Amino acid sequence: MNSAGIVTVSYIAATILFILALGGLSNQETARRGNWYGIIGMAIAVLATILGVVTQHYTLLLVALLIGGSIGLMLARRVQMTQMPELVAILHSLVGLAAVLVGFANFMDHSTALTGVELTIHSIETYLGVLIGAVTFSGSIIAFGKLSGRISGKPLMLPARHFLNLGLLLVAIWCGREFAQQAAVGGGMVPLVIMTVIALIFGIHMVMAIGGADMPVVVSMLNSYSGWAAAATGFMLSNDLLIVTGALVGSSGAILSYIMCRAMNRKFLAVIAGGFGTGGGTTVSGGEVEGEVVPIQPEETAELLANAKEVMIVPGYGMAVAQAQHTVYEITKALRGKGINVRFGIHPVAGRMPGHMNVLLAEARVPYDIVFEMDEVNEDFPNIDVSVVIGANDIVNPDAQEKPDSPIAGMPVLEVWKGGTTIVLKRSMATGYAGVGNPLFYKDNTRMLFGDAKDSLDAVLKAL
Amino acid sequence: MGLTIGIVRESHPGERRVATTPEVASQLMKLGYGVVVQSGAGAEASFSDDAYRATGCEIAASARDIYDHCDIVFKVRAPEGDELGMLRSGQTLISFIWPAQNPDLLKTLTEAGVTALAMDSVPRISRAQKMDALSSMANIAGYRAVVEAAQHFGRFFTGQITAAGKVPPAKVLVIGAGVAGLAAIGAAKSMGAIVRAFDTRPEVKEQVESMDAEFLMLDFKDEDGAGEGGYAKVMSKEFIAAEMALFAEQAKDVDIIITTALIPGKPAPRLITAEMVESMKDGSVIVDLAAEQGGNCELTEPDQVVVKNGVSLIGYTDLPSRLAAQSSQLYGTNLRHLLTDMTPEKDGELVVDMEDEAIRGATICIGGETTWPPPAPKLSAAPKAAKPAAAPVAIPETKKSAAGPVMAMALGGLALFGLGAVAPPSFMAHFTVFVLACFVGYMVIWNVTPALHTPLMSVTNAISSIIVIGAMLQISSADSLIMWIAGFTVMITSINIAGGFAVTRRMLEMFRK
Repeated sequence: MNSAGIVTVSYIAATILFILALGGLSNQETARRGNWYGIIGMAIAVLATILGVVTQHYTLLLVALLIGGSIGLMLARRVQMTQMPELVAILHSLVGLAAVLVGFANFMDHSTALTGVELTIHSIETYLGVLIGAVTFSGSIIAFGKLSGRISGKPLMLPARHFLNLGLLLVAIWCGREFAQQAAVGGGMVPLVIMTVIALIFGIHMVMAIGGADMPVVVSMLNSYSGWAAAATGFMLSNDLLIVTGALVGSSGAILSYIMCRAMNRKFLAVIAGGFGTGGGTTVSGGEVEGEVVPIQPEETAELLANAKEVMIVPGYGMAVAQAQHTVYEITKALRGKGINVRFGIHPVAGRMPGHMNVLLAEARVPYDIVFEMDEVNEDFPNIDVSVVIGANDIVNPDAQEKPDSPIAGMPVLEVWKGGTTIVLKRSMATGYAGVGNPLFYKDNTRMLFGDAKDSLDAVLKAL
Repeated sequence: MGLTIGIVRESHPGERRVATTPEVASQLMKLGYGVVVQSGAGAEASFSDDAYRATGCEIAASARDIYDHCDIVFKVRAPEGDELGMLRSGQTLISFIWPAQNPDLLKTLTEAGVTALAMDSVPRISRAQKMDALSSMANIAGYRAVVEAAQHFGRFFTGQITAAGKVPPAKVLVIGAGVAGLAAIGAAKSMGAIVRAFDTRPEVKEQVESMDAEFLMLDFKDEDGAGEGGYAKVMSKEFIAAEMALFAEQAKDVDIIITTALIPGKPAPRLITAEMVESMKDGSVIVDLAAEQGGNCELTEPDQVVVKNGVSLIGYTDLPSRLAAQSSQLYGTNLRHLLTDMTPEKDGELVVDMEDEAIRGATICIGGETTWPPPAPKLSAAPKAAKPAAAPVAIPETKKSAAGPVMAMALGGLALFGLGAVAPPSFMAHFTVFVLACFVGYMVIWNVTPALHTPLMSVTNAISSIIVIGAMLQISSADSLIMWIAGFTVMITSINIAGGFAVTRRMLEMFRK
């Protein structure tokens, strides 16, 4: 029996299954099937490798698989839906770490003999795999820290940070050259280790400099990097399955980053360069808004909602923080029971991760056919009687459309102010991540419901 | 206890409206005010004294009691006759006043030291729409105009085919598509008539068509009839001539004409001449909503219904009053909104904030000084002025973006060429696979619905741990260090595999209809 052939065929099957898995996510009906395709693909790939390629140390392999698998399952079961961004970030770091380790192990393994250009290319592949892996690893760890609140969400602005990055990049390139030359004569460990350290520092520095509002971009960017790391490893090992899968994941993350950037009207490079606004740090200029804020009580809110025909709920990160999604759904149910058309409008960057709000609402059992994207509902706002903004700020800021000099000018926003009445739930009058004042709060048809979103909504629910 | 609001019975003959309904009164009390109602004030609008009493209002026997004891007086019509003498210095009066048409009244009110807010002078800004009593009343007048027309029109509005023969639908022409015009269009349309509408302002075409009526376009060089604050302005001679020709032609065809054409501060334009009336079919009806300002039709007589040449001409000037319960409710609500804005603390203390554009506009005299007319409203010019400033900014950006992709493609092509020149075939095979996979990924991912972006990330994360294969290839190494590293790598990646797929499954289970 030709075992190499069977392994290859299994890899092709796995590749197709992975593509089907991603394709299945195009809508909710096929998504679950898509996930199963992914699981089957992974199982086929792993089994084919164990049976066809591995020749010894089966015990270690199986024990490692079992331990890792059970830790993974436990994590998946325990994690709360509001913590999804953190989980995704920490899982990305594992892929990065794996790429680094595989790269090192491959480098230390001298069983394959290559010469000339092939050796140079192989060295570059190893080098790149380790580089991307290390950046992904340290970047994801920092992203995890920021998302879970262990590290401050404020961008860390080192002086001359762009030059620092440039310097690190130059050193990394120089090390790469040294590495390729020394690897040709059997050495190269020192430049590889130096580069790994530099890449780790670079990853830390890169994510530290990015503000809380840009976290969705960072998470999807790291998603992309973990894919490229796998692809680079695939090149290094001459393994097409790794290359294909890595490329799929890499382009997926890249597209997500692009979508997130577009949703904030920000250039990808500007996000990576860190901070928000060109002045560095939090931009205060133009943030002052004058006017009078009209507060409202939960009972009045309930009355407004009960008398409305069309209600739009716009959730933001504040809903996730307050864990208010279940109460939101209870209110939604109560209102829908009265024949009121309640819908949800989701901004692409609401929350800390692409699709974060959708997951939270799904957890609270909100049916997904009343949850809409920004572009689907924005034109409807003039027909909406009451909009409820829960813990969101920048994504409903009219300045993005009205003030060309605002730091968020041009960012697509949910036009809640065009509706009848807007109720904004907020803890205080503080600004959003962008550090920009929000004139929405001062509009005549806006009412502010101050306090913790969950407590306020519980009171509203009681009054209903 | 805060200030007291008094509601007097309207003294103008035939006026049926009342400034506040029991419902509005209860909301005023929530703002901290006391409310006193003159006995019988709401009787004509079907609100009994008992209904007011039930919401907590006091009932006063005479208007004199109200003027003597209340701090704020609500009225519909401007005070006249005895009432002027009863107003006290420091008292606040809120009603229709029409200061432009009644300069003497304005003078009297100023000299009496009254703080007077004219509901007709509330500026037409979007923020003040909730207190725009003119629009509320115009809406009612438009509706009532159709009802009056139906009363005097001898046929159905809607077309019918019955056993007794075919009935053609009535044709209604509405001139002036302001608030009243649109209300008339809506009412006539819902009764089944064929409705046509004309207006000098082309921008109302959409509004007219949204109500399923036909907008009559004047084939004329584009002259915009929109004046300040959304009202119409006086048009050129040529335009008027063309307009008259259109009306003359329509008059022969339609059964009912409802005219609502008004230009602020000017007598109503003469649009329907005696000849046009003559040319109309017998039994036709003209309702002239501009009768009070002289009439849009030459033959209208104010406050009268006259039949001339077989055409009924309705010139009622009190259409809102003929729908008293409805008008009182809307007018009262307008007043309440105004008062809500003037009572920021909800403590029953009235604050006349002259910085507030809406309140500034309505206040015509305060503390013995005339404050009318107010400074011009800010809005009409703003959108037009902003446009030219924005345009130049957009141009350089579009130019730049055209060159970008070309440059990127050229650079990409060069890089690929360079790679192909030096790389060995084994590498190029993998590279082909890589590029194709990137494209497949690109195509597939764009189809993913945004709602599933989080599951997408967790599933791609799980898939990217395919890197476990790399570690498995190394685990069989004879070198024990490599073996242990590989073992560790397998462990951490399998965390990822199991965790990623399991959490995706958990999330997807939650998405349900």
